[in-house]
Amino acid sequence: MKSEEYKKFLKKIKRDNILVFITQILIVVIFFIVWQILADKEIINTFLVSSPIKVFNTIIDLIRENNFWNHILATLYEIIISFIIGNLVGLLVASLLWWNKFLSRVFEPFLTILNSLPKVALGPLIIVWVGANTKSIILMALLISTIISVINIHNAFKTTDENKIKIVKTMGGNKFQIFTKVVFPSNILPIIESFKINVSMCFVGVIMGELLVSKEGIGYLIMYGSQVFNMNLVITGVILLVILTILLYYLVYYIEKISKK
Amino acid sequence: MEKILEIKNLYKTYHTKKCEIEALNNINFKLYEGDFVGIVGPSGCGKSTLLSILGNLENITKGEVIKKDNLKVGYMLQDDCLFPWLTIYENCLLGLKINKICNKENIENVKKLLDTYGLHDFINNYPNDLSGGMRQRVALIRTLAIKPDVLLLDEPFSALDYQTRLSVSKDVLNIIKNENKTLIIVTHDISEAISMCNKIIVLSKRPSTIKNIYNIDYKEDNKNPIKNRSSKVFMEYYEKIWEDLNNEE
Repeated sequence: MKSEEYKKFLKKIKRDNILVFITQILIVVIFFIVWQILADKEIINTFLVSSPIKVFNTIIDLIRENNFWNHILATLYEIIISFIIGNLVGLLVASLLWWNKFLSRVFEPFLTILNSLPKVALGPLIIVWVGANTKSIILMALLISTIISVINIHNAFKTTDENKIKIVKTMGGNKFQIFTKVVFPSNILPIIESFKINVSMCFVGVIMGELLVSKEGIGYLIMYGSQVFNMNLVITGVILLVILTILLYYLVYYIEKISKK
Repeated sequence: MEKILEIKNLYKTYHTKKCEIEALNNINFKLYEGDFVGIVGPSGCGKSTLLSILGNLENITKGEVIKKDNLKVGYMLQDDCLFPWLTIYENCLLGLKINKICNKENIENVKKLLDTYGLHDFINNYPNDLSGGMRQRVALIRTLAIKPDVLLLDEPFSALDYQTRLSVSKDVLNIIKNENKTLIIVTHDISEAISMCNKIIVLSKRPSTIKNIYNIDYKEDNKNPIKNRSSKVFMEYYEKIWEDLNNEE
């Protein structure tokens, strides 16, 4: 049985949560309304900063005439492919480095340097080597996401509780069993955390790649818009990116929630 | 009683970048079936090293450890080391799975142990739902699952508060006695060692040698370590061992 006070306490928590959520929604709504009003009163120059209605119209136009869904799908496809490959490679390499101390000692400084190198600088090289196509966009995203995920996952593996490893050893477990029974399962959360970081890393990489080379995708829309000085298109592209980010964030968030159970 | 393990002229040296550390210096003793051996000594003296060697976790520098054929050892640490992502039941099956002996008979044995020692209602819970004392009991059952002949306990109760510690040490002792196992326990707590064991090995400071071996006889049934603490024998040995350790300084 819950006491009255406890019910009140729970109610208050619920009310606070709802209040926070409503305020967040309000901020977004007010932002768009103010933006529209400023545009209508011609206080801001819509040629430069567009307006919500213009953005909306641009989206409708894109859907009607300019393969809106192709652009979205192209970007999504590139993100998903690089996300999957990046995580798999990251996990695999991190496991390898955990398995072989010699390898990890040899490659640690290289990883650190590669990680701090601004990968955009490699963009022109990638275009020349791989060509101006989807492949180089995915490669760009992989360069950005894989190295950091190798470092993160390997660090998590390295800090596995020694005592848990000891217990498996005393039971006669070999190195493979130590990995599958302790090291991997005890680091599920850090691994998912690294997936989460990877979503944004892949996003950055894909958009960067699209800005450099692509013929379709949201990055392409933004680039094209800026070249023909169509700010409506540029801002529409940015807003589409925000929406996509929200969707991807919640996707990972729910995966995390399920795996935590 | 049958001799199941003998340590002969055992030396152990650790190498670090800066120096060599002699941990064990000529250790000799024999372990008989049904023995309850306590190893005490000043901190950092190599008690745990000795246990690690018996548990096949460390190599020997010199000397030999002669074991009875097919002698199985089970190991328990200060930290219960239960895997938080597995249920109590799954935790207990860990050793069986690792040794690929997860057959019906062994599983039944684990279930029986869980029933007998009051954990039946918790088999589908996760370790975080359990109290420290219960977790330590689960850790013991996990160790017992592979049916070891000798149990090695490394400061198993140090992480528990005093009250829990006394009651868990009683539980654990009873479980080990009921299952007819041999026990080696390392502890820095003299009273814990005396109240639980029938043989105490006192180690000296590093490099450790065996300073004394005491055979403790409570004359009567000594199944209850809490009761043992109030006996005359207990006080007697406490003083002797205390002196041994203090002369070290």
